Amino acid sequence: MNKFRFFWHKVGPVLTVLLVIIAIWYAATIWLNSSWAYDKAKRADTTISFSQMVSDTMIQDKPLLPAPHQVVKEIYKTTVLKKITSKRSLIWHGWITLSATLLGFAFGTTFGILLAIGIVYSRAMDMSVMPWVITSQTIPILAVAPMIIVVLNAVGISGLLPKAIISMYLSFFPVVVGMVKGLRSPDQMQIDQMRTWSASKISSFWKLRLPSSMPYLFASLKIGIAASLVGAIVGELPTGAVAGLGARLLAGSYYGQTIQIWSALICAAILAASLVAIIGIIEKHTLRRMGIQL
Amino acid sequence: MNNPVISANELSLTYQTNDGPVHALQDINLDIKKGEFVSFIGPSGCGKTTLLRVIAELETPTSGTIQVNGMSASEARMQRAYGYVFQAAGLYPWRTIGGNIKLPLEIMGYSKEQREERVAHVLELVELSGFDKKFPWQLSGGMQQRASIARALAFDADILLMDEPFGALDEIVRDHLNEQLLKLWARTQKTIGFVTHSIPEAVFLSTKIVVMSPRPGRIANIIESTLPRDRSLDIRESQEFLDIAAEVRDGLRTGHADE
Repeated sequence: MNKFRFFWHKVGPVLTVLLVIIAIWYAATIWLNSSWAYDKAKRADTTISFSQMVSDTMIQDKPLLPAPHQVVKEIYKTTVLKKITSKRSLIWHGWITLSATLLGFAFGTTFGILLAIGIVYSRAMDMSVMPWVITSQTIPILAVAPMIIVVLNAVGISGLLPKAIISMYLSFFPVVVGMVKGLRSPDQMQIDQMRTWSASKISSFWKLRLPSSMPYLFASLKIGIAASLVGAIVGELPTGAVAGLGARLLAGSYYGQTIQIWSALICAAILAASLVAIIGIIEKHTLRRMGIQL
Repeated sequence: MNNPVISANELSLTYQTNDGPVHALQDINLDIKKGEFVSFIGPSGCGKTTLLRVIAELETPTSGTIQVNGMSASEARMQRAYGYVFQAAGLYPWRTIGGNIKLPLEIMGYSKEQREERVAHVLELVELSGFDKKFPWQLSGGMQQRASIARALAFDADILLMDEPFGALDEIVRDHLNEQLLKLWARTQKTIGFVTHSIPEAVFLSTKIVVMSPRPGRIANIIESTLPRDRSLDIRESQEFLDIAAEVRDGLRTGHADE
């Protein structure tokens, strides 16, 4: 009983919001697709009742907005019913995007941490690098992505790496910002304490600054992994890539396959939520083991 | 042998602020001999903490000299001549009590066996044996502060500098820790510099009481205690104790009257 109440306490709010979204979605489906249904009836010189119109909006081939169950059916068809190796399998496309995301995330995190260390330990870097880091994020990624892909292609690099680099471009930023704050989080007393032990810079980094920065790092990683996924998808768009969730989005929009677009979108959202959740779990375990209460 | 362990000569420290210079310390002359327990007492802003920090080379004096163990404060710090206990315990939450005590030992490059041995030894000194596997949050404030004292004792420094270590604790815990500290001092033979703003605490603990006054921070009086080194809390009822306390209070008052 208690367990059930606890479960409901956690899942209840999420479920309520989900139900509201689905309800709004259905309402919007009827509203947006109705003109097509009425037009069709007009051309056939018949009139349709409201309920006929509603049922028509739910089953259109290329609806303005597909109904939720159409998207669910499409996702089911392209995940469970297709072989993973098939080019029509969303899991296969998802994996292509995920591998670029993870590689880009690894690059971005490493680069972000190294940059943050440089900024914290070198006054010159603090003064010179930070403005550029911020500027880098004001340039629209959609403008930069094609250039990166074209340039790298010209030097013979294609496939996973260019996408991972775009992904890195988006994900290093939250890591730099978070880690600079995290590495500077030890208070004056803790720094004085290290001084009384005549500790080397390396010792105080490993034993004080790095452990102190962990809560900040995880907060950044959660934003970073979501940004990585966006980067990977954006990296698939400009070149007309043949594989990946971005490619599905692009192909869907070329052929007006709205159901395909929406199912790719929902899959990307589920993927992002899962990635963030995984980092959340690692965060919880790590910080608990470090005795830092959340 | 009779050379002072800590020796300050015409020591001054002035901060430049927007409202003009602030004389945190002015013309401080002080000798502390080996094995002494010296308290620094005075109202806030009298520079007692600053003086302790100058000894530890956490601050640099603007003029005058400070010698620790016969060398400059800087050399002494490099040679890890002192253990410093701050107002807050400052234990790392991600390390156990044992791990926290090992922290300076790791930094100073003690071997694994030495670390284990020293942790056990200092935990016994502060009566925390058996707590090495516990995390700081599992301990009370007083126990945490004892652990931080243990940490300052773990390496071979014969000077212990303490900046209001019991300031945040309640009176009963404080009395108990003061008694423990005296026992510890007797056993380890360390030279102790202790900042406090409590007259009874200063008189109870010290062999020498440095009374300081503010603006500019300077020494108003140095009182050599006549109490025996081996003392218990009962001594606070004795006439001798009350006389010394009165003398300290007088010193604090004259310091203020000068303004």
